Order: sequence, then C-alpha cells, then structure tokens
Amino acid sequence: MQTEEMIIVNEFCVHHRIDLSFIRALKDSGLIEITTSDEKLYLPETQLPYLEKLARLYYELDINLEGIETISYLLNRMNNMQEEIWRLKNRLSLYEND
Amino acid sequence: MEFIDYYHVLGINKNASEDDIKKAYRKLARKLHPDLNPNDQEAHLKFQQINEANEVLSDPEKRKKYDTYGKDWQHADQFEQQKRSGSRQRSSDDRQFYNSADSDFSSFFESMFGGSARTQQTKFRGADYQAAISLNLTDALITHKQTLTVNGKNISITVPAGIENGQVIKLKGYGAPGVQGGPGGDLYISFSITPHPKYKRLKNDLYTNVKIDLYTALLGGDVTMDTLTGKVKLKVSPETQPGTKIRLKGKGFPVYKKEGEHGDLYITYEVGLPTNLTEEQKSLFTALSNLK
Repeated sequence: MQTEEMIIVNEFCVHHRIDLSFIRALKDSGLIEITTSDEKLYLPETQLPYLEKLARLYYELDINLEGIETISYLLNRMNNMQEEIWRLKNRLSLYEND
Repeated sequence: MEFIDYYHVLGINKNASEDDIKKAYRKLARKLHPDLNPNDQEAHLKFQQINEANEVLSDPEKRKKYDTYGKDWQHADQFEQQKRSGSRQRSSDDRQFYNSADSDFSSFFESMFGGSARTQQTKFRGADYQAAISLNLTDALITHKQTLTVNGKNISITVPAGIENGQVIKLKGYGAPGVQGGPGGDLYISFSITPHPKYKRLKNDLYTNVKIDLYTALLGGDVTMDTLTGKVKLKVSPETQPGTKIRLKGKGFPVYKKEGEHGDLYITYEVGLPTNLTEEQKSLFTALSNLK
C-alpha cells in the first residue's frame, strides 16, 4: 500500500501567512481536498504546489474565488490540450517520412 | 545598462497618482503573472519588468530619484558615486547580495537603486526558467545523467529511461530567486527526442521494418535483426505476406520510471524481390508460373 505524506493545514497557513478561511473556501468550492483527523485538517503533500499557486492568485493578484475557479478550470484545459498536442505530434511522427 | 521607462512599462503617464500606478500594476500583473502564463518566457520577462517598475514608482522616495535621474540616466554616475560612498557602511553581506548574478532586476534598476530597493513589502515568487534538452532515441533508452547550464549555473539531472518526446520535467526552486524573500521559481526542462532512422516510437512501443528475401517469405526461415538493445533471431513463417506485422513482447522502449517494464517491438516485413535473374532462375520462375 502506498503511503501519502500529509501537511497540517494550520502549519501551511502560518508558514504562508494566509487565513484558514481561504483554505476552507477552496475546499468548499471543490478546488482542493482536505482530510480531517483528530480535529486537525490535513492536505496531501502532492497538492501543495497547486495550493500555493491558488494562494498567489488570491493574495498577490486580488483574484476572487470565482475568478480562481475559472482560471483553474481554463489552465487545466490548456494543460490537457498541450499534452494532447504532444501526443498527436508523436503519433504523427509514425506516419511521417524522415 | 539599458534605460527602462517604468512609466511606459506600466502604461501610465508621469503625472499618474499612486492609485493609478497600483491599478495599472494590478491589471498587468493579472495578465502576465507566471502562474497564468506557464512556459511563456516573454510573459515572465514582462512580469519582471512591471514588478521592477512598481517597486520604484509605488515608493514616493524612489519615484523622486527615478524622476530626477531616470530620463538622463547617464548622469547617474554622480548618483552612483554618492551611493558608493554611503554604502561603505553597509555590511559585506549586503554587498554580496547586491552583486548577486541571479538578480531578478535589470542592471538599470540595480544601478539606480542597488539593493536598498529590495526592502519593499510585496513578496513575489521568482520567475520560472525554461530549458530544453535534445536526446537521441538511444539516449532515452537508459537512465543517465545530463548537465545543463541555466543562467550560469551548472545543474546536473538524472534523465530516467523512457522519457518521451515533448515531456517536461519540473525542478522545483531552480528558477529565478523570489523577490523580497518570496519563493524561488521552478525550472522546466523540456525534452525533444530526435527521430531515429530505423525505429519509430509511440509511447513505449517501437515500430520498425525488416526486409526479408522472397525465398524466406515463401518458404519460411530464420532472420537475425539488430534491435536497439541487441540482436534478435526471428522465425519467419512460410508464405509470409509483404506488410505482415509481428509483435515482440517486451522488446520495446523502457516504461518511464517503471524499472524492468518495457513496451513491445512491432516489426513489419518488407519482401525484397530478386533482381538480375539468371537464365536458369527465369526458366524456373516461368515453370513455377505455369503451375498456377
């Protein structure tokens, strides 16, 4: 079984000087997943870069939650399309003459 | 040292109020922020410029200095001299910091404001860097080390076997240092794999053509071929048609980050017809065709 490293949300908030309410709002909007254990909130370490990105959008650029949701969705679509382009390019190379 | 018109960078005029500056900066930052423009070097560069402009123009004291020396920046030598004499009292750590080759600011900014401008309040994440590595198909077969130079720093990385054309690896914190103590950016390394003359690759599978002669195609036999990892003996079935495809399980490309796992090798048979037939061969082929 694979073990997953978890980060205590409170520590994350203290380290980044952000409000816990922001994290709760992200969770409520479905942008991040949080686990509760012994009344403490945890988030998977793998989500850390993504959460830091969302925090930057909110605190550095004053983008509200609705805006963050939209941006997140569009960036995700953009990444998928980028990957699809690479997949298709690699596939196309099978049929191209050198 | 190139003069940078910070007003032009932010798209405002010289009489702009603090509020105008803030608004202009916010608007551009939302457009050019590295998080919103992944893999866009130009946007990262512009973001650095607007940060720099904001650092100066949003601080009344620095803005005054800029307005005095900015346009006629060649006269900044005088200003530099004054700054140097004043800076003798600074700690050696500070000097080292100002002279850092990894600065996020233009030489113009460093010259005008030195490191003192870094005491501003806003923290920003450093810009992401992009790098590209070109590999041969055979290089991507095995896990190996590569050294690349990014902004004067040598970085050694391990390239796992099975890396794909177009794949991007992120090295966290290897981008530009953060501004005002913000986190460092990341380094994105994209891999391009040059096509192999004999093998085509699709994910973990390899595709190649093998030429067999007419007699082997008709009567069957053994053929030895070179693969990327060594020689392989193929058993050709009798009456093999041109274009017949066979699969050698596990003889393809290594699966990325899954040691010991490999894709398959697909071989398409090409049948070479004999040329320069002797009279005897011609008569035998004629006799053969009459048997139809």
